[in-house]
Amino acid sequence: MEKYKIIEIKESIFADNDREADRIRAGLKAEKTFLLNLMSSPGSGKTTTLLRTIEALEKDLRIGVMEADIDSDVDAAAIAKIGVRSIQLHTGGMCHLDAGMTEQGLRELGTADLDLVVLENVGNLVCPAEFDTGAVKNAMILSVPEGHDKPLKYPLIFTVCDVLLINKIDVLPWFDFDLEKVREYAHMRNPRLQIFPVSARTGEGMSAWTDWLRTQVEAWTKA
Amino acid sequence: MHELGIVFHVIDMVEKAASENQAASVASVTLELGEVSGVIPHELSSCWNWAVKKTERMREAALVIETIPAVTFCEGCGQTYPTVPQGKTCPHCGSGETWLRQGNEIQLKEIAIREEQEDAHGKI
Repeated sequence: MEKYKIIEIKESIFADNDREADRIRAGLKAEKTFLLNLMSSPGSGKTTTLLRTIEALEKDLRIGVMEADIDSDVDAAAIAKIGVRSIQLHTGGMCHLDAGMTEQGLRELGTADLDLVVLENVGNLVCPAEFDTGAVKNAMILSVPEGHDKPLKYPLIFTVCDVLLINKIDVLPWFDFDLEKVREYAHMRNPRLQIFPVSARTGEGMSAWTDWLRTQVEAWTKA
Repeated sequence: MHELGIVFHVIDMVEKAASENQAASVASVTLELGEVSGVIPHELSSCWNWAVKKTERMREAALVIETIPAVTFCEGCGQTYPTVPQGKTCPHCGSGETWLRQGNEIQLKEIAIREEQEDAHGKI
């Protein structure tokens, strides 16, 4: 007769990932490198926002970029074109990056001589929110055409983020998008969430966001 | 796709526990899933059945899912209520100052293993 033994584990499936993420953060702190995890839906203007952000900060900070996608390298190519060190990470069909994949990417990119690394996560509002990547801060972009009800539909990502960029505000007049409602819904999920309405295309509102980011990087790398 | 990522994490955890306990094979794995964890049990099971076939010790491992009901606590009146039918607004007092007490867990509860057995001669 076969004998079975029950082994009690009682551990969140995120526990290993969370420990690894904490280790990554400690390593980055020692190296004085800030990691920003940037999340959004596909088509929210993540890459354009990132290009404008780099332009505003590259005089003061040494920047690197990791582009995560299920496949292709179009985003990394766009970043490389402006002369910023970038690598493309392929998740091989997975919908998010976890701490292990992030660590591999950081190693490949080489972070010792960088102040700021931006991880452009897979475009999706569900899964990236669940796995801590080891980032110092989490940011998300919500664009006007997506609608103001997203904080109600995807609560977790609004809970884990430190900052929310509301992008494409230049098209506000043509959409039924209520900026005040977004603030209300998002703060219901996360009262500490910083919100910056911006247009990466016209540049409107971008300096408030880049000032915030510069302050965060300085606080992390100096302390 | 989301479920597949979770399955890979669970398999890693189970493999680790199986090694620590000198398991010859894993017979079953019990997961506790919160009602509002966002994981679809049916999707999780199909990913599971596909992914365990690629392992050695877990090929035959059955996935058992236990549901943890979602419960919200209200700061306004100090009472709790079931999250799923009510949402964020307290049905007792109408307050929105509420938070989830349980129900978003994705937790590996236990595994059943078959140990590497010694036969009558003391060897496998």
